[in-house]
Amino acid sequence: MQPELLTWLIPLPPLLAFGLIVLWAYRSNRLSHGLAVGAMTVSWAMAMAVFVIALGRQHLGETPIASAIDWIPTGATALRIGVLIDPLSAVTLFFVAWTCLAIFVYSIGYHNFGKPRDDHDRPGLPPHAGGIEPMYARFFAFISLFAFGMLTLVVSDNLLLLFIGWEIMGLCSYLLIGFWYGKEAAKQAMVKAFMTTRVGDVFMLLGLAALYSVTGTLNYRDILYNEGVLHTLATTSSGILGLSWSGLIGLLLFLGTVGKSAQFPLHVWLPDAMEGPTPVSAMIHAATMVSAGVYLAVRFFPLLTAGWHEGEALTLPMTIVAAVGAFTALFSATIAVAQNDVKRVLAYSTISQLGYMVAAVGIGAYVAAAFHLITHAFFKALLFLGSGSVIHGMEHGVHATHAHLDAQDMLNMGGLRRRMPLTFVTFLIGGLALSGFPLITAGFWSKDEILAHAFGTGQLIVFGVLALAALLTAFYTMRQITLTFLGAPRTPAASQAHESVTTMTAPLVVLAIFAVAAGWIGIPEDFLGLHLPFGNWFHAFVGGTLLEHPPALPFQWSPLLTSVAVASLGLLVGWWVYRRVPAGGPDPLVRALGPIHTLLRRKYYIDELYDVAIVRPAYWLADQVSYRWIDRGLIDGFLHAVARVALRIGSGLRQGFDLPIVNGFGDLVGNSVKFGGRALRYVQTGRIQGYLVIGLLFTGLLLSYFLLIRP
Amino acid sequence: MIPLSWYLGLSAAVFCIGLYGVLGRRNAVAILMGIELMLNAVNINLVAFWRYISPALVAGQAFAIIIFAVAASEAAVGLALIISIYRSRSTVAAEDIDLMKW
Amino acid sequence: MTPLQLIFLVIALATITSAVMVVSSPKLVHAALWLIVTLACVAALFVVLEAGFLAMVQVAVYIGAIAILIIFAAMLTRRVMADTGGSANRSWWAAVFASVLLFVSLLALMSQVPTWATATSAPLALGAEPLLEDLGQSLVDVNRYVIPFEVASVLLLAALVGAIVVARPTAKRSAEAEE
Repeated sequence: MQPELLTWLIPLPPLLAFGLIVLWAYRSNRLSHGLAVGAMTVSWAMAMAVFVIALGRQHLGETPIASAIDWIPTGATALRIGVLIDPLSAVTLFFVAWTCLAIFVYSIGYHNFGKPRDDHDRPGLPPHAGGIEPMYARFFAFISLFAFGMLTLVVSDNLLLLFIGWEIMGLCSYLLIGFWYGKEAAKQAMVKAFMTTRVGDVFMLLGLAALYSVTGTLNYRDILYNEGVLHTLATTSSGILGLSWSGLIGLLLFLGTVGKSAQFPLHVWLPDAMEGPTPVSAMIHAATMVSAGVYLAVRFFPLLTAGWHEGEALTLPMTIVAAVGAFTALFSATIAVAQNDVKRVLAYSTISQLGYMVAAVGIGAYVAAAFHLITHAFFKALLFLGSGSVIHGMEHGVHATHAHLDAQDMLNMGGLRRRMPLTFVTFLIGGLALSGFPLITAGFWSKDEILAHAFGTGQLIVFGVLALAALLTAFYTMRQITLTFLGAPRTPAASQAHESVTTMTAPLVVLAIFAVAAGWIGIPEDFLGLHLPFGNWFHAFVGGTLLEHPPALPFQWSPLLTSVAVASLGLLVGWWVYRRVPAGGPDPLVRALGPIHTLLRRKYYIDELYDVAIVRPAYWLADQVSYRWIDRGLIDGFLHAVARVALRIGSGLRQGFDLPIVNGFGDLVGNSVKFGGRALRYVQTGRIQGYLVIGLLFTGLLLSYFLLIRP
Repeated sequence: MIPLSWYLGLSAAVFCIGLYGVLGRRNAVAILMGIELMLNAVNINLVAFWRYISPALVAGQAFAIIIFAVAASEAAVGLALIISIYRSRSTVAAEDIDLMKW
Repeated sequence: MTPLQLIFLVIALATITSAVMVVSSPKLVHAALWLIVTLACVAALFVVLEAGFLAMVQVAVYIGAIAILIIFAAMLTRRVMADTGGSANRSWWAAVFASVLLFVSLLALMSQVPTWATATSAPLALGAEPLLEDLGQSLVDVNRYVIPFEVASVLLLAALVGAIVVARPTAKRSAEAEE
């Protein structure tokens, strides 16, 4: 089958699964997950086929797998949509397919398929005591729709179709974060997520509209692979803030990324989104949705960097992007240090790593950003799924010991490496990848490349900030591993935890393999000053997406040594500080940092700030202005006034015209006939002779008239 | 010779006397007598006209004969009605038979 | 004044006088008798007008049948009238007024045609017998007055039947009468 046709078909099986489950299969849990996983497997298979074909093509960047159809007629021409597999979307498709499939399979075990339904469980609340999730089929329906959205986004060849996939994922993230809608926290989190990403989406839509109005097209190849268009956009001023059109549109689209990929200041939704089930957290907040934001930024790298060339100083838009990314990386890393919930740490870690990728885009490190995107997807998904396994184990322990404690609090865990060995090993691999452990983890290669690029192009501020963030990353990661798995169990529940089922651990293993091996495709050619026999395949492949193949920077020792140093230091310190936290004992960092720790734990009070500055005024506006003043006062008031006037007029007409004149006239006719009759009845005397006289009289009158007056 | 107008005048007088009898008498039988007078006056008129205007045309007399027949039948029926009324109402005063009044 | 005129005047006077007596006699039988006199005078007028047959018919039908019938009716409804009220009804003045008005109008109308005032009778072309024969012929001649003749006979039949039906006693009365 042709690769173009396969590419068109890739997003469809999950959509079909969604439809079938919602309409029919939801009655059977087995059928639902069977459809969902089966559909995802079919998509995965097609994606792998397309990927292999794409690998085989020479110069994929110049001659991508592409196919388009006319969609919306716009006068003489039509808006065309289609699919495009160039190197960037090929590698993205690869990791999306693998991570989604792994998460789909994991969800079967996570939602306790095969276990009996507990009578105390209600739909809308998470099941306790290990019973099967009451809304099992619904979950698989939602994640199927989500997979459809993501795959659409990846294979799309234009911004509009990307936006469609983007919004579908926004919807599904709303539905899935609030999956357990019985929890108040989940309800608030789902709205927060949707609203915050919406802010970014509005600006993205503005950028999309601006792009279309300026260029007349939304197709990637027509804009991003087109020297003339890029040049025009770069040199024409938009009149807004002195930016060129490319800068303005790039920044507007970047704001979409800020929302979707939870960069500062729109990062607030992602930690709260941990209220959803863990596969959701893995899928949305590690592998796919947040990656979509970065994917957009990487895809529109030519637009953002239009007019810039390697070796020049960064343009204003690029500086903004790099600043946002670097700041976010450090900022959220500091917060992660003070979090106790196992998933929260990972959430802030995700924000931080996305900041890395955004910073990479900002400094012009195209290949490095794409590389880190892919490796991060694998190890972050691994970490989230691992944390889900840990939570499951802890919940079993909580139930077994009839304890009342938070199964997700790391201070209640400890020593789980003996109880859950497979989870421990895979989690360790993921954690090391996150920290950038040298050579054997994928995270090392991708993170190192970003640092190397920053250093190599002279962006020393960015380099310093990212290095500091890497130090903190390693620290809090080891903190997490130590508190969770190492040492002795701090609660009886922890000592009763058990390993998870195969459907949960098998995906962990698969992802762990990728977390180790995925980095090796991007080893620089001159690493350590050596001339390695194999080239940097990733750089060559993905670099072909751009018009100008980006040059590989020469190897330098400083960034490598820095990254190894910070990783090792962070890991060591993290282990050392937390290796002996007793049961019930406080976090050692609390005493060490004092009030700063409170600031970090409370996330710099940004949520409170937003609440006071934005949320409350919005509520006030909605209630007071929209509802009371406009809706009830103005609109209803107008309607009531109209009603009153109409009533007055009607009543006036009734009293003034209808009753006296119309009724009166009718009554007058009737009454006059009655009175006339009453008066005239006496003529009828009943006496014949009288009648005869009158008859005679009238006959006489008539005759005299006809004979005398009108003869 | 007798002018026609004398006959006509006579017939008019008898007619009007008969009319008074019809309109002014109480007894129903007396009303009927008045009607007979009127019919007779008409007959006089007819025959006078026949004799003076068109004696050759015998229609005048024929008409008078028809009137005889009509008068007879009308008197018969009228009197039968009076008798019938007298039986149910015990009165023959025309003004007492006034049920169809206001 | 010619003798014929004198005779006419006498008969006319008699006619009018008896007619007035008819309509003003309080006693019904008297009025009936006066009616007979009036009818006789009219018959005499017919003779003067040289319509002898009609005079005979007048006497036979009117006096001999109708007047007798009226006397019968007066006898049959006699009981009540003798006691109550006068002969004239309440609005007799209206009747007088109407009559006088009519008489005056008729005279006025008659004066409109002056030829009538001076007309004299031409001698009859035919004799009495041929005239009578012609009258008889006209009543049965298909082209002349057979239809009115036949209709009149039907009318008489209907009147006959009708009078019997109207005046016959009701079933209840006949039952009482039989008891």
